[in-house]
Amino acid sequence: MTTPVTTAPAGSAAGRSGSPGSAPRLRTPRHRHTPGRPRRSVLLTVLTGLVLLYSLVPLVWLVIATTKSQEGLARSFGLWFDSDFALWNNIGETFTYDDGVFVRWLLNTVLYVVVGAGGATLLAVLGGYALAKFDFPGRRAVFAVIIGAVAVPGTALAVPTFLMFSKMHLTDTPWAVVIPSLISPFGLYLMWVFATEAVPAELLEAARIDGAGELRTFFQVALPLLAPGIVTVLLFTTVATWNNYFLPLIMLKDPDWYPLTLGLKSWNAQAETVGGEAVFHLVVTGSLITILPLIAAFLLLQKYWRSGLAAGSVKE
Amino acid sequence: MEKRSRRLLRGIGLVCALALAATACGGSDGGTNPTSLSRADIEAALEKGGTLTVWAWEPTLEQVAADFEKAHPAVEIDLVNPGVNGDQYTALQNAVSAERGVPDVAQIEYFAMGQYVLTEELTDLTDYGAGELADAYTPGPWNGVKGGGEGIYGLPMDSGPMALFYNKRVFDRHGIDVPTTWDEYVEAARALHEADPKAYITNDIGEAGFTTSMLWQAGSRPYRVDGTTVGVDFSDPGAEAYTTVWQQLLDEKLVTPIASWSDEWYKGLADGTIATLATGAWMPANLASGAAGAAGDWRVAPLPQWTEGGATSAENGGSALTLPRLGANEALAYAFVEYAGAGEGVQTRVAGGAFPATVAQLDSKEFQDTKFDYFGGQQANRIFAESAANVAADWTYLPYQIYANSVFNDTVGKAYVSDTRLTDGLKTWRDASLRYGEEQGFTVER
Repeated sequence: MTTPVTTAPAGSAAGRSGSPGSAPRLRTPRHRHTPGRPRRSVLLTVLTGLVLLYSLVPLVWLVIATTKSQEGLARSFGLWFDSDFALWNNIGETFTYDDGVFVRWLLNTVLYVVVGAGGATLLAVLGGYALAKFDFPGRRAVFAVIIGAVAVPGTALAVPTFLMFSKMHLTDTPWAVVIPSLISPFGLYLMWVFATEAVPAELLEAARIDGAGELRTFFQVALPLLAPGIVTVLLFTTVATWNNYFLPLIMLKDPDWYPLTLGLKSWNAQAETVGGEAVFHLVVTGSLITILPLIAAFLLLQKYWRSGLAAGSVKE
Repeated sequence: MEKRSRRLLRGIGLVCALALAATACGGSDGGTNPTSLSRADIEAALEKGGTLTVWAWEPTLEQVAADFEKAHPAVEIDLVNPGVNGDQYTALQNAVSAERGVPDVAQIEYFAMGQYVLTEELTDLTDYGAGELADAYTPGPWNGVKGGGEGIYGLPMDSGPMALFYNKRVFDRHGIDVPTTWDEYVEAARALHEADPKAYITNDIGEAGFTTSMLWQAGSRPYRVDGTTVGVDFSDPGAEAYTTVWQQLLDEKLVTPIASWSDEWYKGLADGTIATLATGAWMPANLASGAAGAAGDWRVAPLPQWTEGGATSAENGGSALTLPRLGANEALAYAFVEYAGAGEGVQTRVAGGAFPATVAQLDSKEFQDTKFDYFGGQQANRIFAESAANVAADWTYLPYQIYANSVFNDTVGKAYVSDTRLTDGLKTWRDASLRYGEEQGFTVER
């Protein structure tokens, strides 16, 4: 969960402090600092640089490690390349090892993300909009419940959920992962706050006066305005579901339903098994392949993500 | 008595890491043992078929399961790996707590058997005629499946008679002789570390399984178990011999603090900085895959002895296939366990690189003549088989050894990272083990 989340803000922060000025002009005393040309702080630059380094080094290690074979990993220095370059070989082997079970895990993860995170986003948008724009008795109670739910980490709920699901005969099925993923109190809260700010009540009234039904008002008037928020929530839930480890760990026993996180762990555990085959090179290659889609999602969606985060920060 | 011990163990908590306080970890009530089953009953079950859920992490079982399905087309085997040892025990305990999803067959290590036996979670296989198989196995594993009880609670699958694996290239380079006693082992450790400060005789950060195996070989019998009475004592001469030797290694920093099974460990085994391993005979497959770079460098020697010219060995690791009581389809499950542990499955597993527990395989010419490419063509099985025959069978673990092992690092582990003496660490371990036993309702002999 941590790597991509920390990388993106750190990267963008550093980018922001470095990009606007075309040349370093630290010693121009009469120059006025405008919002577009902020004053440079050496301390801040160094600090963000350190944070950037801190978040990038593991990634660099991972990328370098994926180019090594199992023996290469043992005989070479961690942050530099080994003499034989085994990246393509590793990637091929990752996808074919154990009858291509990695592909199955990848598809499982995609399934959990599409259904689980997609569903969670949908529910959060609907709920957040309703809570923001409709006044009904019990709204404060709902608010209290959501705030409470945000405070409870999902990990703490995993075991009770397991016992409950086990009574419902749902453990060891994809439902056991998908259903809990559908609930995202934080997403709901975010959508609520976002909808309050981003959708002016006047606009909704205008739509209603023009004769639009509630559904049409929602889909054609409110939804486009909510887009940045939706992307933000979608990113949150996608990351949470893609990286989910503890819930599937408890719920699933059948490797055919493992997501990537559990699958990689089971590969790693092979080295701890008597008679098991140590496949560290596949574990690192698999890990890199696992985080690539998340990195791509962040790079593609980061402008929405940023505007989503900043929404509501300025009173218009 | 049975009722009492069941109540006693209610709440043996460690493996219930995840269980809520609401459901105790004890065995289920009810559940009748089958009365004696004949061969015909088992044949009938095979004929009728069905699906069998097997929880095991042993990799060679995959082939065994496939062969079994081929031989009995009506049977389908669902082989699941819920995680290696500790993870599996947690998963098993969760399933038992929820009384749902309990496998028909489960792999359990010998050291952990006692706990399941005392809480009556395993089916006694005596009624299936398992007693007749006593002579088919070497003494260590057979003692293991009794789990300190009267019955036979599983069939041995693999065993780990100990041997000394050593990196011959490293020994040759520095002109060091392969140690035959533990005193020589300390000498070799000194010579090696002096010749190459980066090289260590072995790795050890304090591991309960290793320490108990060493005590076992040294003739120490720290655990006394008689029904619900337990005693722990690490002050016999055997334990003293062990602490004297190992304390020297720790004092002079001659063992490297690397955890076994970590990637660092494999790296050390491959590059020669970890020069020996005293461990179970199941090790070759792991060396070959985890430290492939050192192929041809390693050899096997008999385990160093505590007295010159001695020939005593001990078991390290090894596991059995058991039938959890809450599992279904007992006759079919037994048929599979017998096939994998005593029948054709054994040969399949040996071919896959596993180390057997059966005398027939250990004594066979084919097995003894097998040349290991990884060990430069050495016929290492001869050493392993001899070690298996030299294992003293009177060793007992605690009925709650899983818990005891889990607090090993808080107690004995201190000797590895501070000035605490190994003997003091063992004393603290003893106290912690006895205290826990008392809390669980055992009668404790101090």
